[in-house]
Amino acid sequence: MSYLDNILFAVILALGFGYFAMNVKKLIRNIKLGQDVNRKDNAAERWKNMAMIALGQSKMVKRPIAGILHIIVYIGFIIINLELFEIIIDGLFGTHRVFSFLGGFYDVLIASFEILAVLVIVSVIIFWLRRNVIKLKRFVNSDMKAWPKSDANYILYFEIVLMSLFLIMNASDYWLQQMEVHHYDEAGSFPISQFISPLFNGLSEGVVIIIERTAWWLHICGILVFLNYLYFSKHLHILLAFPNTYFADLNAKGKFDNLESVTNEVKLMLDPSADPFAAPANPDAVPAKFGTSDVQDLNWVQLLNAYTCTECGRCTSSCPANQTGKKLSPRKIMMDTRDRLEEVGKNIDANNGVFVPDNKSLLNDYITPEELWACTSCNACVEECPVNISPLSIIMDMRRYLVMEQSAAPMSLNAMMTNIENNGAPWQYNQMDRLNWKDEN
Amino acid sequence: MAENLTVPTMAEMMAQGKQPEVLFWVGCAGSFDDRAKKITKAFVKILNRANVPFAVLGTEESCTGDPAKRAGNEFLFQMQAMMNIQVMNAYEVKKIVTACPHCFNTIKNEYPELGGLYEVMHHTQFLKSLLDDGRLTIEGGQFKGKRITFHDPCYLGRANNVYEAPRDLIQKLEVELVEMKRSRANGLCCGAGGAQMFKDAEPGNKEVNIERTEDALETKPDIIAAGCPFCNTMMTDGVKNKEKEASIKVMDVAELIANAQDL
Repeated sequence: MSYLDNILFAVILALGFGYFAMNVKKLIRNIKLGQDVNRKDNAAERWKNMAMIALGQSKMVKRPIAGILHIIVYIGFIIINLELFEIIIDGLFGTHRVFSFLGGFYDVLIASFEILAVLVIVSVIIFWLRRNVIKLKRFVNSDMKAWPKSDANYILYFEIVLMSLFLIMNASDYWLQQMEVHHYDEAGSFPISQFISPLFNGLSEGVVIIIERTAWWLHICGILVFLNYLYFSKHLHILLAFPNTYFADLNAKGKFDNLESVTNEVKLMLDPSADPFAAPANPDAVPAKFGTSDVQDLNWVQLLNAYTCTECGRCTSSCPANQTGKKLSPRKIMMDTRDRLEEVGKNIDANNGVFVPDNKSLLNDYITPEELWACTSCNACVEECPVNISPLSIIMDMRRYLVMEQSAAPMSLNAMMTNIENNGAPWQYNQMDRLNWKDEN
Repeated sequence: MAENLTVPTMAEMMAQGKQPEVLFWVGCAGSFDDRAKKITKAFVKILNRANVPFAVLGTEESCTGDPAKRAGNEFLFQMQAMMNIQVMNAYEVKKIVTACPHCFNTIKNEYPELGGLYEVMHHTQFLKSLLDDGRLTIEGGQFKGKRITFHDPCYLGRANNVYEAPRDLIQKLEVELVEMKRSRANGLCCGAGGAQMFKDAEPGNKEVNIERTEDALETKPDIIAAGCPFCNTMMTDGVKNKEKEASIKVMDVAELIANAQDL
């Protein structure tokens, strides 16, 4: 009978991690729907980027207020989760603060968890105020309606509740330790919760034990629920920021990839000895599609980008098109890509592992040409992203589809391209006049 | 002052059995746009003054393909790129300088995979290297003491991390270099990149170049310095829109240097 809660704990733990593992598998499958791209080169630089940008949060502090608050929450998250090991062992074996044999070091650990927990609560409250009271533009613009808006707030509530439960758990534990209640041996140092524990004075031991147990169970269950919430939330960034910064493009931001399928065709066109009527080497081959109309046309890193995006909106707030009232929002490009990828993933789940065309696509149904054509390719969004996401590469790939598959460029751009084809300049000047400036006054 | 420019072409050089130190890639704006042609000439004057053996491709030059690529037309881009590469490789070009950050970026970053391997410099980097090697001296002249703000071209700055060369040159003019609130990696686009130069903007509530010109005007400059023919056009239009063209000039860094010395 006394082992009942340990067994219950093991079952909950297994369910929590099991469901999470299932969703991670789905996540990886969806990301692998993308086209191949080699991002395995230059491992040293990639590790360095991951260490600096994801682990070290180097790009976060570009906006100091949000950056510092985020670092507090981030450190709090990592450090306090060390406590999770102890909670799991205690839960499985019915021990009380199993790491307390560490003595003075244990006191330091618990004390720092407590201080961090308070700092996290304060930071999260400021985050909430920035979203809901101060209403910073990037948190309330048109991308952030409905689910994205609620999602952001749910995460903040979750964190406040978890941290509060952690402190209540410690406070009641401390109170029971002071009362020398059986099982609650003295362990840990409680710089914060020692001020909460007097609230329990006057209650019976039994009631405080119930409070302690309730807080303990809600805290660990809350963590498991939060873990499983990640897959459905922008909060997935806490995991994906690491692979995302590792696999990010290392080239100069101005370098856009050269489409290899096009290179082959152009080489053939420029080769005077090529026979245009020659039978194709592989007559059954499906001709390569140029550019992107749906998520499967993007490469897997772009899809990873979409799952990593935490919708902070730094990209959109720095976008010249967005600042001047155009429809383009780089954040929306990432959110749309993720939403469509999820839709495609669910389609595959519902059809025994095969995607059944649904007459929808990322282009038009999610992202309109008007958004795509507003981009100046200035790279401000790429520069701003704290985890090295590139909305620009998706915009460019979709422009390629519009132009090369659909001939759907704006009229004036068609004129510009015709000029380049005819006279080697975007304007209608004769190539033979290119050096006239030399003799003009 | 009478124009007296020495502008040899690669073809002429080759006929004489000579190889220039550097190819000056003029670009379409620099060749045809009336405003940008002045930048081209200013840069050539400096090259002439510093006795740099350079050459241009002249009528053998063609669009790099940048606006086509940014508009999504990869075919046209690669056609242009491969034709240009054929021409330049035939002349055994090793080093290229250009006053256009778009040409600079494309040739530097996107040509190598297609067979065009060159050392590519923006004209501000090249002028800085002439200065460092003692081949060029810069004096303040008429600009001494003026307030100048520099607008970072996206394809020079963020795209290729070149922020200091233009600033180093401007500071040699003994001027007061003032930074806009958004500069270097945080610089705001002028609105012309990504083929926007060749189309109308999508519906919105403001033009990007006006937003950027306001940044510049906040610094109360005498001169807005640029390093890109398109930025130059956009900022010039912005200044006109604000009716400030009588008091504020938009000038390329090369023009500042050439004019300071009355070249």
